[in-house]
Amino acid sequence: MSVDPGYYLVLAGLMFTIGVVGVLTRRNAIVIFMFVELMLNAVNLIFVTFARQHGTIDGQVLVFFVLVVAAAEVVVGLAIISLIFRHRVSSNVDEINLLKR
Amino acid sequence: MNLEVVVFGVMFVLALGCSIAMLFAPNAVHVALFLVGAQMALALAFLLQGAFFVAAIQVIVYAGAIMVLFLFVIMLLGIDLREALVEPLSGQRGVALLLGLLLAVGLVFVAIEGVQLAAGGADGAEALTDLNRDPGNVLALARSLFSKYLLPFEVTSVLLVVAIVGVMVLARRLTAVELDRPFFAQMRSETDHERAKNEESDAKEGVA
Repeated sequence: MSVDPGYYLVLAGLMFTIGVVGVLTRRNAIVIFMFVELMLNAVNLIFVTFARQHGTIDGQVLVFFVLVVAAAEVVVGLAIISLIFRHRVSSNVDEINLLKR
Repeated sequence: MNLEVVVFGVMFVLALGCSIAMLFAPNAVHVALFLVGAQMALALAFLLQGAFFVAAIQVIVYAGAIMVLFLFVIMLLGIDLREALVEPLSGQRGVALLLGLLLAVGLVFVAIEGVQLAAGGADGAEALTDLNRDPGNVLALARSLFSKYLLPFEVTSVLLVVAIVGVMVLARRLTAVELDRPFFAQMRSETDHERAKNEESDAKEGVA
């Protein structure tokens, strides 16, 4: 007897929710980025779970693509954050309001 | 008690505990470390489900390379411990928690109900075990990646090149000649103007 795939999906759902709440409540741009990573990880877990459920390898291949996109996104995002920090000396997202005015 | 159930339980508690700890850790470095913990737990989940190569990649690329990048940037920028306690939108945190709770209920409901519907009630674990035994996990992945998913794989390399070039352009310092071009000169004068205005209003507030 093995663990029901539903439990993995429950875990992934809860982690994704925590990621969303983190993005909505935290202020530091780097921390927000880390919560986005958490959400991507939760989605990876769903891919792997359904790969097992269907008995194919395709879900695991898709995890690679998510991984590559996450890496590219992190690299560009962190470069932008450090650029903003260079101008504003802050990584607080509330203070980045140039477009609001 | 089944060993798989025990490992799953440990993994579940570890992953969820680290994620929740991320929410409440004030220090950005601590958040990064808890994220590494959650990712390690997820690697365990991948192992449990027969995704051996993905589990290894998860540890090497995610918990290794990407998190080191995060820590590098935290090191470069310094830790900002004074995370604002003032909410720009009143009640934002409460509403965020409420919406999060709603999302959690929805996702858990879908997870429990939907998994049976998605596969027609069939469990393909046997088929995946056979696949992992006969060509092997890595070989099966490679065959799929280089035949069925060849085009997305190649597009991925384009994405990486674009990201590298973009970051190089973003991160370099502008030379003096470039800073003298009209666009940057205008931007700089606007920033100076804005700064002067801010200081003026600050001074006014100080007087008031």
